[in-house]
This record gives sequence, structure tokens and C-alpha cells, in this order.
Amino acid sequence: MDRFSRINRSAVFLSVVTATALALVTPASAEDTFKLGIVTFLSGPAADSFGVPARNGGQFVIDQLNKGAVPSPYEKVGFGGMKIEPVIIDENGGATKQVQELRNLYQRDNVDAVLGYIGSGDCLAVAPIAEELKKMLVLMDCGTPRIFEEAKYNYVFRTAAHATMDNVGLIRYMKAKNVKMDTLSAINQDYAWGQDSRADFVAAAGQLYPNVKLQTDLLPKFGAGQYGTEISALVGAGSDVVYSSLWGGDLQAFILQAAPRGLPKRSQLVFSAADHVLPPLGDKMPDGTIIGARGAYGLMSQKSPLNDWFFKGYEAVNGVYPVQAAYRIAQSIFGLKAAVEKAMAKNGGKKPSTDELVAAMTGLEWQSPGGLIQMRLADGHQAIQPIAISRTKYNPDLKRVDLVDIQYFPAECVNPPPGVKSLDWIKGGMQGAKCN
Amino acid sequence: MKHGRLHPLVMIALVVAATLFGRILPTWTLSLATVAASNALIALGIVILARTGNVSFGQGLFFAAGGYGVALIANAWGVTDAVAQMVIGAVCGGLLGLVIGPLIARYSGIFFGMLTLALSMVLYGALVKSSALGGSDGFNVGRPSLFGMVFVDPREADFMLYAVSVVTTGLAGIAATILFRSELGLASLAVRENNLRIEYLGISANRVITINFIIAAVFAGASGAFALMAQRHIDPQFAYWTTSGEFVFVAVLAGYQSVAAVFVASLALELVRSFSNLYLPNTWQLVLGVFLLGVILFLPRGIGSLWIREKRKRSKPAAATPAAVRKGVAL
Amino acid sequence: MNSFLTIVLDGLIQASWLFIVALGLTLVFGVLKILNIAHGSFYALGAYIAATAVTFVAAHSLPPSVGFVAMLASVALIASAVGLLLERGLLKMFYGRDEVVLLLVTYAVFLILEDVTKLIWGVNPIYATQPYELFGNVAFAGLYYVGYDLLLMPISAAVGFAVWFGLNRTVTGKIVLAVIHNEEMSVSMGVRVNRVYAVAFAFGVLLAALAGALTAPKISMQPGLSSDVIILSFAIVVIGGLGSVEGAAVGAILVGLARAASVHLVPQAELFMIYLIMAGVLMFRPEGLFKREAARRI
Repeated sequence: MDRFSRINRSAVFLSVVTATALALVTPASAEDTFKLGIVTFLSGPAADSFGVPARNGGQFVIDQLNKGAVPSPYEKVGFGGMKIEPVIIDENGGATKQVQELRNLYQRDNVDAVLGYIGSGDCLAVAPIAEELKKMLVLMDCGTPRIFEEAKYNYVFRTAAHATMDNVGLIRYMKAKNVKMDTLSAINQDYAWGQDSRADFVAAAGQLYPNVKLQTDLLPKFGAGQYGTEISALVGAGSDVVYSSLWGGDLQAFILQAAPRGLPKRSQLVFSAADHVLPPLGDKMPDGTIIGARGAYGLMSQKSPLNDWFFKGYEAVNGVYPVQAAYRIAQSIFGLKAAVEKAMAKNGGKKPSTDELVAAMTGLEWQSPGGLIQMRLADGHQAIQPIAISRTKYNPDLKRVDLVDIQYFPAECVNPPPGVKSLDWIKGGMQGAKCN
Repeated sequence: MKHGRLHPLVMIALVVAATLFGRILPTWTLSLATVAASNALIALGIVILARTGNVSFGQGLFFAAGGYGVALIANAWGVTDAVAQMVIGAVCGGLLGLVIGPLIARYSGIFFGMLTLALSMVLYGALVKSSALGGSDGFNVGRPSLFGMVFVDPREADFMLYAVSVVTTGLAGIAATILFRSELGLASLAVRENNLRIEYLGISANRVITINFIIAAVFAGASGAFALMAQRHIDPQFAYWTTSGEFVFVAVLAGYQSVAAVFVASLALELVRSFSNLYLPNTWQLVLGVFLLGVILFLPRGIGSLWIREKRKRSKPAAATPAAVRKGVAL
Repeated sequence: MNSFLTIVLDGLIQASWLFIVALGLTLVFGVLKILNIAHGSFYALGAYIAATAVTFVAAHSLPPSVGFVAMLASVALIASAVGLLLERGLLKMFYGRDEVVLLLVTYAVFLILEDVTKLIWGVNPIYATQPYELFGNVAFAGLYYVGYDLLLMPISAAVGFAVWFGLNRTVTGKIVLAVIHNEEMSVSMGVRVNRVYAVAFAFGVLLAALAGALTAPKISMQPGLSSDVIILSFAIVVIGGLGSVEGAAVGAILVGLARAASVHLVPQAELFMIYLIMAGVLMFRPEGLFKREAARRI
């Protein structure tokens, strides 16, 4: 008797838990709305540099699209007349959690597509899941070229170029500006982004600066925050160039600690992804540092009506100008919009099915605030885009860091051609690059 | 019949019922339940080990060993069968446990926990360094099959994994209840009470701890295999200290009294995490923290006490129960 | 020779802030027997409070030296208040439970504080760099060092000495030591253990926050600050011996020097150097380098 009442009680508990869960499930989205899952870092170390600017950028673009307030060619309300209904999820917590949350977005919250992901490990982990579920997944950022170089996907797209472009662009810029580099030191975080960036940069340097000697080669752990020892080693080496792919809080801490110890005076600093630390750092950023922004973004963006609208509008709403992450989410939302509308033009104005959407997105080209995005690689699933590199110069009147000596490189100059792995392309002398 | 002891056949019936229950669950809960079951399996190992008084904060070590072992073997020889992968994971975890167990059995209390944590972090550091294994980004594996059947329909594939993981965890749970009643299980409790006294009785406390440790490692390895099958991706995070910490959390949430509670606790944790992330994406950690505090505060003996404590009141005055029986385990 | 000197100096600078964090952790463990996972969050809290104080002072165009003092004072005040509040309001409810349960309570506190700091200070990076420039630069062994960094060493030594003196040469300290060694006996001798608990926990929080405040001027404050600190200070405390002041000092110096040496000599090994030392020490001296053998019940 007791035994059965106990089993009963556990059964009741289980079913209450399940029922609560089921009651919370949201219904499938209607025909006149497009439910879009957005995944970005809202907590953790990447939140302030990438995650939250991306959320703000996404929120801004979606609000404006839903109002129909975006300039040509995106005047149409929402996605082809359908209002966009965003569901925002935190990317923090590791790949295991992301896989689970992606399934929940598709299967429980019935989103029409998921857009987002900044961490490379997260991108690698979620891509096969979306493919299996046959659902549309748009990766907006993440650095690693491995996603499409190691696997083939039909339902997965990445609307931004991978990290190879950042480092090839830097080397091309340095060569174009006659930066002396007989000796090189590097400091990168000891995880995939840092390791891959370092490998790309060193390989590209080997091509255009064949006599370069790699001196101090540091790999501090991610989130170390204190670089006293590393800076001693770098200043001690006194190389011509110090390269780093540090970002966010780590990069800011590194600059704050390196400047008073004379590192920028001894070596030319070269940072592959540093635009997002310029607004907070201000006059702490040493003048003359060569930086990339992972695209023609922010202060390096090229003038166009679309970019003016985005730059000014974002600044007015958020009180700070948009940097790379905001641009990257904007370009993926516009890409998805272009694909939805292309598919609707084909099927007579109905809300497109996932397969119609995938067909429309494959090989698509569209304008974004950061320039023309082309889905060229991986059979039309991986974007290439132009990049800009520049030097910093503090502007005391505006109290902000200006970027001078900006040089643009067309997409096909800094990205590998289809079918070639990035590192092989660099090591093979970057064959087929079109650079004029 | 003494309370808290179900006949194994009843338990098997429960496992079958739980498995069939999966047929009517909505698709998204299937993968969530798979993860919950796999976490329950590793937490069960922690509970088994905890009966000797030692808590491992480094089960991520065996979790990762199982996961990486399966992933490498799957990619090298194309082993995709879910049951085979589970066995490989268990063997990988167990072998590592066999090496480490005897070394670590000498330690106790907080040092035991710290040493396991340190070992798992050494593995973490090594994995981040190995670019052949994808470094910190990890790598992907293909989807599992079962007895030669390949599941193309996502729902069927999810159900297959759910079924395999629920059955495995269920069987592990039944094995655990049998173990708890065995001589070894009772000796474990005695080690927890006082490991010197038990030596005087002629039982080697080290041996008892080692055996329990290896069992926990086997469960952790199998759990790693399930985690891998569920997400088809592995990275060094498997060995990170927060991962291990979460498993301990499930064990404590469940309390040490009931095997079923481990599964319920694991499921509840997954649900709270998932829904707080959906509705409060900015403060989900806060919600999780408050939930955990609440459970620890209001259910001091774990979620299991929801359906076990009350029963005690009716059958026998709790005060009269000796400590060892109070800590005894029921389904 | 030069590189040897830089390794030692870099290592000691590292060790000096690590020591302050680890000291707090080891005290809390010694007295309350809690391995406090939220310790890193208090470090972050201190850094945030310091940044706010410094920014506030700078906004009222007072000199940076005032900022430095204001930063330390505000941290001391708020951190000890937070510590008392948490101990009396929350931890107290869980005394007498398993060590593991208490550890998980602090883990829950860690999760909660992570979001609370985010709610208060937002996710945008915050700086407090003014004090960093306060003490100029010093040339040493062919390199420049920041005066502020060098100053950390005497500060840390002073804190260490004060704690050691307080514990070993004052009546209050002796009472705390008595609680560390044998709580039951202390109770029976009339020690108000509850009060000792509250003070010790608040002091532990204070030390973590102080270390955060001292680091604040050279980093940018943002989410995720805490999780790295906690694992480092765990390693130090375990190496030195849980609950030992001397152990924390030696552990901090060992970890600082090991990190510095690996950066200068074998940068590839930096990531797991510390864990290797920790595992090694545990293998051969499981109680840590400085832990006295405790009497145990048979």
C-alpha cells in the first residue's frame, strides 16, 4: 500500500513538472509573423564586447524593419510584410547548453529560423543539429573556418567572413604601408580563436615577409586579465611588430598595462579585432596602432545611405557608435530578409517554407551597412566580404579615437577562393587573390 | 517488507513505463530528458561514491574520457551503434578509473574533492592544447544508429536516444539499489562513518573506496557517451570544473535517499535552466541560484524527501531510526 | 641574469595580489570549514566598487590620490557589510550540514552575484585607471615597471603581516585560532563561535574585495571577472594547505613564480602549469605544504 502511494506521489510530481513545462510552450507562429530565434552573449566575458552590441544592433534593426523605416532596398515592413518576432537567448554556458537550447528554439518555441552565435565552439556544435532537424540556421559571427571546411551543410549559413580575412588583411596592409617587420612577437589567448588567428597571421607573414623571425610567442590563458609577465617578455624581446588577436576585456587590460611600460614605443602594435575597444579605451589607446575590425565596420565603414542610417540610428538609440558585432548581426538580418523576400517573389507571396528559404539564401548577394556580402564559399553557404584596416589616432576635440590611413581590401583579395582550405591557401601563396 | 525496498521486477516495470512515456512526450522534451537521464547517470555515480563519504569534484575527467574515447573511436572506425558507444564510453571511463582509483583512495574529504578537480583540470588543459582534437572548439561526430537501424526522422532519432539512455540509467539505478543492499554497499556506509574502525574489522577501506570510485567512473564514462550522442559535438568543456560541479549539484539536489530522485532532480534542473533562459535571458543565472538555494533550504534532504520523508512518519518514528538506515537508499 | 631578475619580479608582483585573495579564502575555510566558491565574486565586487569610487572622485575633479584612498575605504566598508549580511542572513541557515552542501550554497551565491553585479553595473566595461598612474614608472633590469605594481608588494606583505600578527599576538586572534583548531572545545570554553564565524567570513570577503580593488586600476571591469580568480586561488590554497596563512603566502609565491617562469621560458605550458603543481603537491603532501596533521577521532 505504502509502496504504491509513494510511486503515485513520484508520478504526480513528474507529471506536474511535465505539465508546467508543457503549459509554458508557445504556439507556432502565425502566417503573418516571422519568429526569429536570436542567440548572443548576454552574460560572461564576451557580453560587453560582442554579445550586447549584437543584441542592441539586432533589436534596432528589427524595430526599424517592423516600422518599415529602413532605407532602400529594405523599405518593406519586416520580412516581406511579415512582422519579425524575436526570441532572444543567452549564448553563455558552453556548447552543451547551446545544443539543447537550439533544439528548444526549433521544437518547443517553433521559431522559423535561428540567427546568431559568436563563439566558434558554439557554431561548430549547433550546425549539425540544425542540419539534422532540417531547420534554417544563420551563423552571424564566429571566427573559425572549420565549420564549412570540415563538413557540408544545406540548412546552415554563415553571413560573415571567417577569421582568415582578418589576418591576411593585416599583412597586406602592413606590406602596402611599408611597415618594417624583421622580427615578430605574438600574444594570443590559448584557445581556438587565439591559436587559429596566430597560425593564420604567422603563415601570411611568411608569404609577404619571407625573412621575418618569430621571437616571443605567448599564449596566455583566456580571461587572464593580468599581463605583467607577458609584457616584460614582449618588451624584453623588442620585436619590430607585436601581433595580437586578444579581444574585449583581455585586450583592454593588455593595452592599459602595456602602454605605461613602453611597449607601444618599442614595437608596432598590430591587433586583428580591436575596433570594439576604442570607444571605452579613448585616449588610453596608443596612437598609430594598426587595427582590424573583422570587416569594413564602425569608423572604417564606407559611406552609403544604408550605412548612414544604421550608424546614426544606432548611435542615437544606444549612445555609442556601432562596432563589429552590431554590424555583423545587421548584415545577417538583412541577408535573411533578402532571402525571405526572394523566396516570396518566387512562391507568390506566401510565407516561405524552410526549403524555399534555403534555396533563396544559397549563393545570395546583398547590401549591408558594412558593404556587399556574397555567399561565395562552401557552395553558397559561407559569405565573403570586404575588409578595412587602419591606424588609430586620438582626437582630443571629439574625445574619441579616430581611424586614419584606412585602406579597403575587396573580398576576393583577402578570402580564399571556393574549395580551398584557408590555411592551405595562405601557405600556397594566396593564389587567385584579386586585389586591385 | 521493509520500507524503501522495491522488488527489482517492479523497478524494471517502472523503467519500461518511463521509456514508453517517451512516445507521448513532445519532441523537444525528448532531448531534454535524454540529457537529464545522462546527467542522472553520472550523478548516480557521485551518490554511490558519496556513500563512502567522498565527493568527487572531478567527474568531468571520466565524463570527458568517455566522450572523447567514443568520439575518436566513432570517427576512426565508424562505430555508430548507440549501445556500442555507450559501452565504449563506460569502458574508457572505467579504465581511467582503474588507473586513478587506487591512487586517490588514500585521500578523504575535501582533499579527495580537490585532487579529482585538479586531475580533471589537467586533462582540460591538455585537451585545449591538442589541436588535433580541435583544441578548445572540439569536433563533431555523426549521429548514432541502433542495431543497424538508422533513424532519419528527427523525432524517431530523439526517441531512440531517449529510450537507450532511460533504459541504461534505469538499469544502472536498479543495479545501484542492489549494490546498496550488498555487503559492499553497507561497508561503504561504514567507511563513511569511520574508516579506521572498519579497518579493525578486517575490511580494507581503500578497497571499498576504490571499487566505488571505479563504478562511479564507469557511470561517468557512459554518461559522457550519451552527452556526446545527444549533442554530436565534444569539446574540453566536458572536463571543466563547472561541468563537474553541476553533476555534484544534481546529486545534492536529489539527496542521497532515492535513485529516482536523481533523475527527477536532473530533469528539474534542466527545465528550470531552459525556461529561465527563455523568459529571463538576462538573469537566468540568478533564477538558477535562487532555485538551488530554495531546494537546499526547504528540502534539506533533497528532492527525494518529497516522497520518502512523509512515508517515514507513518511507518516508524524517525528518531528511532539509526543513522545508517536513515542514510539507506530507496527507490 | 636579467631574465632571472624579471622572472622573480614579475612573479612576485603576481603573487602579491594572489596572496591577498587566497588569504581570504583560506581564513574562511579555516574558521567556517566552507570552501567558498563565491570568493571570486567578492573579488569582482571589490573591483566594481573601486571603479565606481574612482570614477566618482574623478568626476568631482579631485586628485587621483584621493581616488586611491576613497577606493580602499569604500571597498572596506561595503565589502564587510556584504560579508556580514550574507553570513548572518544566509549561510547561518546551513550550518551543521554537509561540507558539500555549504559549498553548493556558495555556488548558488556565485550564480546570483554574477547577475546582480550585471544588474547594478551593466555589461559595459568600466575603468578606474587614474590610480594606476599615481606612482610613476621605474626602470629595472632594462625594463620599465609601473610604480603601482611594485607598490602592491609592500601592501600585500603588510596585509599578510597584519593578519599573522592579529591571529598570533592578539586575544581575538587567539580565539579565532582556537575555533580553527577545535570548535567544540572552544564552545565549551565559552567562545561565541557565531560571532567568530561572522567576523571571519566578513573579513574573508573584505580581503577578496580588497584584492579586487587593488587590481581594478589595471583592468577593465566586466562580467566573467570572477570565475578565473576563484580557480587560481583554490590552487594556491590547496598547495599551501587549507586554513594556513603561511601556506597561502608560499602558495601564492610558488604560483606567481611558476607562471612567470613558464611565460618567459616555456610559454606553451602556461595553461596547465598551475594544475600540475597542484596535483603534484596533493600527490605527495595531500594536506598541502603547511597544514599541520590534525588529530582525528577513532
